[in-house]
Amino acid sequence: MDDVIANFDLVLKAFGLTMGLFLVSGVASLLLGALLASMRVGPVAVLARAASLYVTIVRNTPLLMIFIFMAIAGPRLGFTFKAVEDLSVGDWSVSAFFFRSCLALTLYTSAFVCEALRSGINAVPLGQAEAARTIGLTFVGSMRTVILPQAIRAAVPPLTSVQIALLKNTSVAAAFGMLEATARMKFFSNRNGDDRVLIFLTFAVGYVILVELVSAVGAVLERRWAVSR
Amino acid sequence: MSANVLFDAPGPRTRARHRLYSALGLLLLAALAAAVILRFADRGQFEYRLWEPFVTPEFDRALLVDGLLKTLQMAALSILFAVVFGLLFGVGKLSEHRLLRWPSWLVVEFFRAVPVLLMMYFLYFAYGVGADGIGAYWCVVIALTVYNGAVLAEVFRAGIAAVPRGQAEAAYALGMRKSQVMNIVLLPQAVKIMLPSIISQCVVALKDTSLGFAIGAPGLTAVGKQMYGEFQNQVQAALVVAAIYIVVNLMLTWVATWVQRKYVGERKPLEPAAFGLTDADTGLSTIR
Repeated sequence: MDDVIANFDLVLKAFGLTMGLFLVSGVASLLLGALLASMRVGPVAVLARAASLYVTIVRNTPLLMIFIFMAIAGPRLGFTFKAVEDLSVGDWSVSAFFFRSCLALTLYTSAFVCEALRSGINAVPLGQAEAARTIGLTFVGSMRTVILPQAIRAAVPPLTSVQIALLKNTSVAAAFGMLEATARMKFFSNRNGDDRVLIFLTFAVGYVILVELVSAVGAVLERRWAVSR
Repeated sequence: MSANVLFDAPGPRTRARHRLYSALGLLLLAALAAAVILRFADRGQFEYRLWEPFVTPEFDRALLVDGLLKTLQMAALSILFAVVFGLLFGVGKLSEHRLLRWPSWLVVEFFRAVPVLLMMYFLYFAYGVGADGIGAYWCVVIALTVYNGAVLAEVFRAGIAAVPRGQAEAAYALGMRKSQVMNIVLLPQAVKIMLPSIISQCVVALKDTSLGFAIGAPGLTAVGKQMYGEFQNQVQAALVVAAIYIVVNLMLTWVATWVQRKYVGERKPLEPAAFGLTDADTGLSTIR
């Protein structure tokens, strides 16, 4: 345990990387998920089918398999993503591992984001849309002023659950070369065989704190945006 | 809300526009498919020797028996144990005694928040590895048991809370004891509500068995790894293994929907409450 305390900056750095994976793929999955959801509820049948097929396939594939596609099968097809290593944000240079992990997490999570958003739209009572049409609002008008504000509010609780799942899923990146919190626990655990339980608890509590943080943000948003029905 | 009320019945111009969007969408999808096929051809991924293992009975048997069967076994065992675990702590969370309620709450919240892979690594390196260790197989089962058990505990609690209060009151009025009320009156009614959620949790468990890959546990993903290790057909192995997972999961989802329709009716399936929130009574008022 002394080893962990002496090297606590490594623990923090690892959780920083976990947060980095979470934030990047969280934002990206919200965007891709919103695109998928709008394709699914939109009037163009081809796009609706395509989005629904994507969601069905991805939801039933283990995340680990998606990581295998990105990290092991991808290079065989020439997708190594080495090009991103030329990019750098400030002092941070993006590694191909980080990019691949974010890509896998985003592709996986966006299917669940799509479902959460769709359930939000389904939660808006039919009468709201009918009333909006009746008072002469156009499609854009009724969407912008009546449907979406209610749908987004209704989607906050399921979206929070999806993002919490994403936060925990970042741990899968540990098996594919990212030295984030889970991989760091493995590192410390193998260096200090006698303290395995304490080391596990330290990292587990780290995850619990992050999860409670995300869930608290979700609860605040839910309360602030609550509508009385 | 059905989406079609959002639009007027499309007129000729809108229909023409939708046709245009459909054509553009189809074109885009076709281009995507063509790009994938071209890339496959370009890299020689259509070569027969790369696909051959998957049409060889010997390897198919390995995939299905050593792979799928082991995966199903691990998932089934962990769901079985998780139901027991969830029942114990779900009922514990409803207990009137603080000494039971608080530890149950703590256990459930903890195991729900800890990533399964972190749990697996810990179990494997602390207890699994070595001659007297329990082995990777049981590490996967235990890690999945505690995670899914914690999720199911929340489902059970919500399910029991969904039984109308009059049922428990009537049972008490007949002179039943607390354990009798739970065992004879509440649980049998709650099980019916919870069944679809338990089956959908099987899908989660099945998908998560693949995490055993990281600690060298047996299963479908592990067999896939062996095959691409031997034949260097990473792409094909990944596609085949993913397809097997998808088919099995779709079958499970289909069973869950069927059970839902047959035993529960049109009510929404129970969903575990979000973290920290323990008020799951919302939307769960009456049983049929």
